[in-house]
Amino acid sequence: MSDNNIIIDIEHLSKSFGDHQVLKDISLYIRKGEFVTLLGPSGCGKTTLLRMIAGFLQPDEGKIMMEWDSKGGKSEFLDVAKIPPHERPLNTVFQRYALFPHLDVYDNIAFGLKLKGVPKDEIDVRVRKVLKLVSMSDYEDRDVNSLSGGQQQRVAIARSIVNRPKVLLLDEPLAALDLKMRQDMQIELKEMHQKLGITFIYVTHDQAEALTLSDTIVVMNEGRIQQIGTPIDIYNEPVNSFVADFIGESNILNGTMIEDRKVRFLGHDFDCVDEGFGENVPVDVVIRPEDIYIMNKTEGAQFTGTVKSCTFKGVHYEMYVNTDSGNEIQIQDYNAFETGSTVGLIIRPDDIQVMRKERVENTVDCTVVDETHIEMLGEEFECKPVSGIAPGAPAKAHISFSKIDLMDHEEEGTASGEVWFILYKGDHYHLTVKTESGEFVYVDTQDIWDKGDLVGIRILPEDITVTEGDEQTK
Amino acid sequence: MSKRSNWAVPYLIFLVIFVALPLILIVVYAFQGQDGGFTFKNVTNFFTDGDALNTFAVSIEVAIENTLICLLLGYPAAYILANKDLNKSAVTVILFILPMWINALMRTLATAELFNVLGFSLGKGTLLFGLVYDYLPFMIYPIYNVLLKMDTSYAEAAADLGATPVQVFGKVTLPLSMPGISSGILMVFMPTVSTFAISEFLTNNKIKLFGTIIQENINSSMWNYGAALSLIMLLIIGLTTLLLGGDKENAVEGGTV
Repeated sequence: MSDNNIIIDIEHLSKSFGDHQVLKDISLYIRKGEFVTLLGPSGCGKTTLLRMIAGFLQPDEGKIMMEWDSKGGKSEFLDVAKIPPHERPLNTVFQRYALFPHLDVYDNIAFGLKLKGVPKDEIDVRVRKVLKLVSMSDYEDRDVNSLSGGQQQRVAIARSIVNRPKVLLLDEPLAALDLKMRQDMQIELKEMHQKLGITFIYVTHDQAEALTLSDTIVVMNEGRIQQIGTPIDIYNEPVNSFVADFIGESNILNGTMIEDRKVRFLGHDFDCVDEGFGENVPVDVVIRPEDIYIMNKTEGAQFTGTVKSCTFKGVHYEMYVNTDSGNEIQIQDYNAFETGSTVGLIIRPDDIQVMRKERVENTVDCTVVDETHIEMLGEEFECKPVSGIAPGAPAKAHISFSKIDLMDHEEEGTASGEVWFILYKGDHYHLTVKTESGEFVYVDTQDIWDKGDLVGIRILPEDITVTEGDEQTK
Repeated sequence: MSKRSNWAVPYLIFLVIFVALPLILIVVYAFQGQDGGFTFKNVTNFFTDGDALNTFAVSIEVAIENTLICLLLGYPAAYILANKDLNKSAVTVILFILPMWINALMRTLATAELFNVLGFSLGKGTLLFGLVYDYLPFMIYPIYNVLLKMDTSYAEAAADLGATPVQVFGKVTLPLSMPGISSGILMVFMPTVSTFAISEFLTNNKIKLFGTIIQENINSSMWNYGAALSLIMLLIIGLTTLLLGGDKENAVEGGTV
């Protein structure tokens, strides 16, 4: 990286715990003074990444380059992967604060300075200054256990920033606070960041918090970075259906890109601003609920629908509308529309976000057993007759999303798995199912499942097409 | 009054018969003369009885030595057992606690026999060995419990703030494990002062501990003097508990087996 504004540069980081790979080839850089948020659902690897930057975990592969002050007063870039946490120029605010219960507020904050051998009167000045910054003056003699959650949080932040770290790491620091407190602390954190000019790396699963606080959001899922961008970019232009679903409310629909600037979904053709997808390519279309214009008259509308429900949400009304194509979409508007009434709907071209589909069918690694059987997902399946592939050879099985049946009981299926992720696509659900073998299969279904449901997986033989396994895995 | 308070009655009876009454009897006997009248003589006798005073001093000395050795051996053992990187199996913990399941008298007799076979002469060394062997688990377990429950984020926070591994231990882990240490000290020091069987078997009565002279007096029907000595020992134990028991709740928690 030639940009000397960069303070941390992470290159191809991977980490596994046992068989479970929690981080897969993570690369990102962080600029000086930036407020970066690692955002994702639990288990996405965001905390692991933070702990690696802090030094509590060592990466299996990859580098963590960090700006380092060498003795000559010059700064250089150094791979810190092997450097223990106490030597790194950064500090962490822990999820449950981890204030030392045997020390009072003052001694907790002075802990780092005392270790560095800072003179006593300077410690005094700095501790008082930082207590004032977090609005906790007069609390210095208090026992940390007697403080409320919010106060402990402030002390934990003070304990970190008093050491003037180059980078402050925050691991879901507001997770334990109630909503009102959390919102107040968000504003204070933002102000603190501006005042101190320290780089903040913030971990959270709360998308609203990420949108409020960050300069840059790194959206993570399943150990991979999904998207890096400003809050506005990520909200308006999600790169895939996961990001679209995770950030804010959204309608995610199946569509077809007919040609440049023309996309078909909900049974109608719409003008859009996207180009370069090719012609007649299946795509995912994301429309934010507040971007659909709803009116009582149907003339002049692009398409029509019937209001199914209307709920008051404080500032706006949230409505579910059945479109003339039979899909259900969510709409937010300042006006209420009566349930059962027919409404006209309009979507503006630049409010349509078109995304390339990550996949159009299931492609599963398998091994040919005999002419009509293959082994995949850790089980043996019957399939369409295979020709030209020798038994024992690796191959690929292709199964359409809608041709996988999910069963209530695991034993009813040939293989079994757990519902991992659910996406509503307007007229059906697109489920991600993690099989017992640890692979993912994707299922389109009308049935309602819950995340975490254990299901049997059944596939009819005629729906499994086997092709030769290419060497290329992607 | 309410039905529920009636459930306490059996326990109350138990407490009265086995705890309160014996205590009262000890106090009564301690202040009773040969003639049956009230006297301070039994108690004052102790302070003029050179033999008893000497034994008392030896008892305290042995108890302190035993407690220190147990602490020095027990803390590292507990630390290793509680550390998930160093000890991955629950079986090792059981192995350390296992001796507690066998009667102390049996173990002591066996140890004494072992020393006889090996030709060691019985004395202070063998006494301390036996005491440490008997009481070490009582030191390890409460410390192990406290260390096991300790949130690892404290140590991480200290390292994060610039503490080397040695400083992390000295400034965070050790102070936070104090409840376990004081509980362990209580559980080793107090029984050592009053023990008599171990010193009898492992020194052939060459070294007498305070418990021994109480037992000797009671055995030779000098109940009043024996009771007075018991009372003095009770006071000492009470004082030790008070001194160490500033953090009572934690001490109890740490001592739960």
